[in-house]
Formats: sequence, structure tokens, C-alpha cells
Amino acid sequence: MWPVVRFWSTHRHELVTLLAQHLLLVAASTLVAVAIGVPIGIFAARRPRLAAPLIAMANVVQTIPSLAMFGFLLPVPLAGGVGARAALVVLILYGLLPIVRTTIAGLRGIDRAIREAGVAMGMTMRELLRQVELPLAMPSIVAGVRVAAVAGVGSATIAAAIGAGGLGEYIYRGLSMVDTTVILAGAIPAALLALVVDGSLLWLERQLSARRRAPVRRAAFAGAAALAGILLASSAVAAWRSGADVVVGSKNFTEQFVLGELLAQAIEREGLSVDRRLNLGGTLICDRALLMGDVDVYVEYTGTALTAIFHRPIEKDSSRVYDEVRELYARTGRTLLPPLGFNNTFAILVRGTDARSLGLRTIGDAARESPRWRAGFGYEFVGRPDGYPGLAEAYGLRFPAPPRVMDLTLSYRALASGQVDLIAGDTTAGLIKGLDLLQLEDDRHYFPPYDAAAVARAEALLRYPQLRRALERLSGRISAADMRAMNYAADVEHRDIGGIAAGFLARVPSGAPENVSAVPRRR
Amino acid sequence: MPGAAIEFRDVSFARPSRPRVLDHFSLAVGAGEVLALVGRSGAGKSTLLKLVNRLLLPVSGAVIVEDRDTRDWDPIRLRRRIGYVLQEVGLFPHMTVASNVGVVPRLEHWAEDRVAARTMELLDLVGLPAAQFATAWPDELSGGQRQRVGVARALAVDPPVLLMDEPFGALDPLTRAELHAEFRRIQSRVRKTVIIVTHDMGEAFALGDRVGVIEDGTLVACDRPMVVAASRDMRVRRLLDAVRLDRDALQRAD
Repeated sequence: MWPVVRFWSTHRHELVTLLAQHLLLVAASTLVAVAIGVPIGIFAARRPRLAAPLIAMANVVQTIPSLAMFGFLLPVPLAGGVGARAALVVLILYGLLPIVRTTIAGLRGIDRAIREAGVAMGMTMRELLRQVELPLAMPSIVAGVRVAAVAGVGSATIAAAIGAGGLGEYIYRGLSMVDTTVILAGAIPAALLALVVDGSLLWLERQLSARRRAPVRRAAFAGAAALAGILLASSAVAAWRSGADVVVGSKNFTEQFVLGELLAQAIEREGLSVDRRLNLGGTLICDRALLMGDVDVYVEYTGTALTAIFHRPIEKDSSRVYDEVRELYARTGRTLLPPLGFNNTFAILVRGTDARSLGLRTIGDAARESPRWRAGFGYEFVGRPDGYPGLAEAYGLRFPAPPRVMDLTLSYRALASGQVDLIAGDTTAGLIKGLDLLQLEDDRHYFPPYDAAAVARAEALLRYPQLRRALERLSGRISAADMRAMNYAADVEHRDIGGIAAGFLARVPSGAPENVSAVPRRR
Repeated sequence: MPGAAIEFRDVSFARPSRPRVLDHFSLAVGAGEVLALVGRSGAGKSTLLKLVNRLLLPVSGAVIVEDRDTRDWDPIRLRRRIGYVLQEVGLFPHMTVASNVGVVPRLEHWAEDRVAARTMELLDLVGLPAAQFATAWPDELSGGQRQRVGVARALAVDPPVLLMDEPFGALDPLTRAELHAEFRRIQSRVRKTVIIVTHDMGEAFALGDRVGVIEDGTLVACDRPMVVAASRDMRVRRLLDAVRLDRDALQRAD
């Protein structure tokens, strides 16, 4: 059996849910885009001076890459943030252009004599629109709806980046884990869905523009009924997941999926229902989600919170960092729980073969080789104050070319396959073990501490005392070795993340942890 | 003119910043009369019709329909009392022949069985057997058949007034002659007040109780066909000569 089929059969419930979410996103956004776009098109068709700027505006919206659009909307109140609501807004915006444009084209294309006959017969504007203009423009409008819906299936995969769910979740998860099977598990149904949507709307369009127009109403009715049915069914399926007590978030890499799953299962063991919004994107998206109440809890790293979220200067002492971050979170209604136990600092990595042949041990050793090397870094590392610029300065790294900027998880593969010679990964990455990479020692103590700790909305902790119990149960329990082993199981052995988390949780004693200190262990 | 169904009183019309199409135009059409208006293209014939059903309003003067200024009519009510037949016919391509004929009755909220009965009756009246044509689509009809459907549609709610804008202009001469005869037969049964505009003097003589000649936005002649045919007015003669030339050409061809 093909791996992807095996994946589907073991994840069939999740697959159905994601498919339903995807359909719901596309159907609902297309429906709203029709409800907004057709009236705009009718309005603009009658006012030619307005049509040109309207179409120009919609064109501009269309050219914004969808990932950027999600970014723009993040800070916008009501429409923005993360989750399905923001995704819907983006998908609706994208759907408007083709629908507005084809509505205008369809109405403008009607023979002048036909319209004049209608007016002269004593039709009101509304009667003319309903009985003559809209039926004649319908094939053109449906063509626009088809374009919007098919494009929507594609854009909706990207919506997974902001936690809207849908089949894109497999694609992102697969990219993060560098697991083609998981990517295909999402990409294949998404492509099939696009084909089905395209085919069925094309059929409707043909029915409407066929010479025999008797089935017009029936076809339009069938189309509307089918759409309503899809909407109902998919919202019913998708609703299984919403309405949960607690929403657990995570960033977009394997360790975060594992930690998110660990939190979720620990919380579920306390009898609360959990909505998993794993794979929310980068740090800032998670932070925004927590601030806006879209997510109740996720795992953050103290150094990251200090510099990337609160824009404070880098601090090397881990307990001072923890205290300062906890204080900063507390001011914004969020509670930093005791550290989980491991410090996931940046790891400057080289190939094990290079390390052995060149005798490399510290980052300083690598600086010697850097004029002959290429470096590859993730997006965040290049831009962060505690990232590449400071590192280069502290160790005198001088690469002949600017570092290649790439997806963090892809950079491990790029290093192992010799496309780059030095990367900045995570200390706990399972791939370090799997790909025979070596972590160079930070002997000048450049990197601040990145102690992992759950951060939760204070309001959620107050509402559910069990939530704090569940989170504290994990405090101090996860060592760097534990984490690396779990990451290895996920990234290299491709084991199911739910199973990895359950296995670990089974070994953690239940009940209150003995003597959890607020001060993390020094590394 | 007392008892006139339609009256133009000193009507002038021009579109904004365009030359005048009608210049102090006066004319009365009696109830049940067929008035045929002749003129060259662009003489203002179509404008005259659109002033009657209030697709246009005069710049000055007044158009009176059934003793009321068109400005005072609710345009929708007015238009539903006036049948309108265009050269392009303007049948709705997404409706069958029967549905096209039934449009205005349905706008008037007639019961469905009454609409159906009226549609059958009208299709028979215009010489299109309902059994054969009711469920046909406009694009399956010949030009002449389409024009018959256009007439049936215009007559659907039995309006007192019928406006016809070059109704037979796009048809071949044989079909046109056939429809002229058909029109006279129908008119003898329904007795509408009809204004028909055409650029063809021959058609005007064939159909009109009176023939009016329009040039440069004014009425240069308006009388019974015999009288117009005898006119010495140069502007009328030019149009009459054109008809004669046509006939001569036909005779030579025989």
C-alpha cells in the first residue's frame, strides 16, 4: 500500500475534518463573495464611470500574495487575527474580483434592444433585472463564481498558516517535517477538490448557457441546493472541533507540534475539551493569537519572548530572563507557567564529517572556515536582534556571499546534502541526530537562554483550574534529551505525533509535580 | 383635437448638447386610427415613439396620451397600456415564445390559466399555431416569425395603443408584403390606435389610414394616402420618387 494511502487510513477522521473545514472555507467565502460581488457588479454595470476604478481596486487586491494578505490582516480588529474568521475575510476579498468583473461583463453584454423592449413593456428596474438581465448574465456570473471557487480551494490551503485548518494543514505540517507523504496527504485531496469544484461549476455554466433554456431554473436551483448542502454538511463536520473549552496553539515546526500535542493531551486528561490550532506560523502570529484570545495556551521560549515579542535587550542569565518575561506577560493578561525543563537555544550546526575532518568544536573554529563557506538561515534568524548580525559580529564570521534565506526545516536537509555548510538550527532538533550533524559550542555565550515554557491567557487559567493543573504537571519534566528524542521520532522515524505525545505522557507521573521551581535549571 | 388618443402639442426635443431632433412638432392621432410616419433615417421618427411611452420626455411642449400629459403618467402604468414593436424585435432569448408573449400579463399578475389562454389566442391571431410554436425558442424562428411574436407580445394585455418602430424593416420583400396583409387583418379585428414609423413610403401607404411625412424635425405633410401622394411639396415628392424608382426597377426585372 502506498504510504500516503496508509497515512489517510490512519488519519481518516482528521482527514474528513480537514476536508470539511476546507470545503466550509471555500463554500462560505464563495457564497459571501457572491452575495457582495453580484450587487457591486450590478451597481457598477449601470455606472460606467464607477466600474473602472472598482475593477482597478479589486485587481490590486488580487495581486497581493495571499500569505502577505494574511499578514496584513493580522493586526486588524474583528476581520483580522488568526483562525477561520481571518481566512474567510481574505478568501472573500480574493473572490470578489472575478465575480464583480463577470457580473459587469454579463450585464453589459446584453443586447440593447432586449433591454429596451423590457423597459418599453413597462418593467420596473427590479423586474427587468430579475426577469431579463440576471438570467441572461447568469452564465457569465457562474463563470466568475467558478474562477473564484477554484482559486479559493488553492488559497484556502495557505489559510492553514494562520490556523484556519483545512487541507493546507497537512501541507504545512509535511513541509515542516520534511515529509513528502504528509505533504501529499494534503495536496492530493486539495487538487482533487479543485478539479471537482471546477467540473461541477463548469457543468452548471454549460447548463445555463445551453440553447435549451428550460432547465435554467432547475440547474440554478440544483447548484444553490448543492452549495447549501455542502455548507451545512461541512459546517456540521467542522463544528466537531469548535466550541472546545481550551484552544491550544503552536508554531510551525515539529517540536512545537509535539509540545502542542503534549499540552493538548495533558489538558484532555483533566477532562477539558481541546481545540488544536497547531501550526499557526511564526512567533508573532502565535503571540497575536494569544493576545486576541484566539488561542488560550502555547509553548514559548523565554529568550524569544524577551527579544522578539517584547523588544528588550538580550540578557544572558536564564533566571533573570524568565522573571522579566513572566512580568512582561503578566502586564498583558497572560501567565508564563514554570519552564518545561529544556533550553532550546539556537544551535550552530555543521556536517559531522566536516567537524571531524577539520577538527571543529566551537563556533570560533567555524569562523576560520567561513570565508570558504556558504551559510543558510531561517527567516527569523536573519532578522532577529539575537540572530545572525550579532552572531557574525561576536565570532567574526565572514561568508563570501550573504547567507541563503530558507525555510528552517529545509535548512537541515540543505546542510546534510552539501548545499550549504553552516546553519542555525534548534538544539533539540531530532534531525541533528538523524542527519549526523554537529552542534558547535557557543563558547562566547552569544545566545541568550531559550527555556521552553507554556504561556496561557490568565482568563482561561481562572476559568478552568484544571488547566493550570495540567500545565504544571509538565513543568520541569521535559529534558533536552527527551525533546530531541521526541523530535527524532517525529522527524526521522515519521511516527505519529499524537502517539509520541501519548507515550511520553504515560511516563510522566500524574498529580502535582514535586517541588517545581520557578527558576529554570541553568544549562 | 378632441377625442385624440395621442397628441403632440408643440413638442421640441433634443438630447443634451446635441442638435434638435424635433422642433415645435404638433400632431394628433385619433382613437383606432393607424398613422404611418415616414422620413429618412435620423429624421426623429423613433424619438417620436419614445416620447409617447415616456422613454423620453420633451424639452418643451407636451405629449398627451389619453388626455393626460406623459409627465403626469406613472411611466410603468403608461407603458403597460402601450404595446411596442421594434425592428430588432427584442424577444427575450431565455424564454420560449409562449413565455415571451406572456411577459406583460404576468407583470400584471394575471392568473396562470388566463395567461395561457391569452397566449394561445394571440399566437393564433398572428398566424403562429400555438401547438407548434408555443414551446419554441426565439432563435429557432425565422425573421418574419419573430416579428409576429413581437406583435403578439405587444398586444398581450390588449393595450389601447400600439407603437411600431420599423417593424418590418429587416424582412425580405415577400415576407414584408405578407405581414402587411396580416397587419391589416389583425388591425381590422383589434382596432388599436397605432403609430407606425418607417422610412419606406410604400409601406406607409400600405398600412396607414393617414400618412405623415417628417423632415428636419417638423411635419411637412399629414393626410390620407391619396392626398399625400398628390402633394406638390418637394420634400414629399423626393420620398415618393424613391418608391416609384423601386417599382420601375421591379418592372424592368420582370
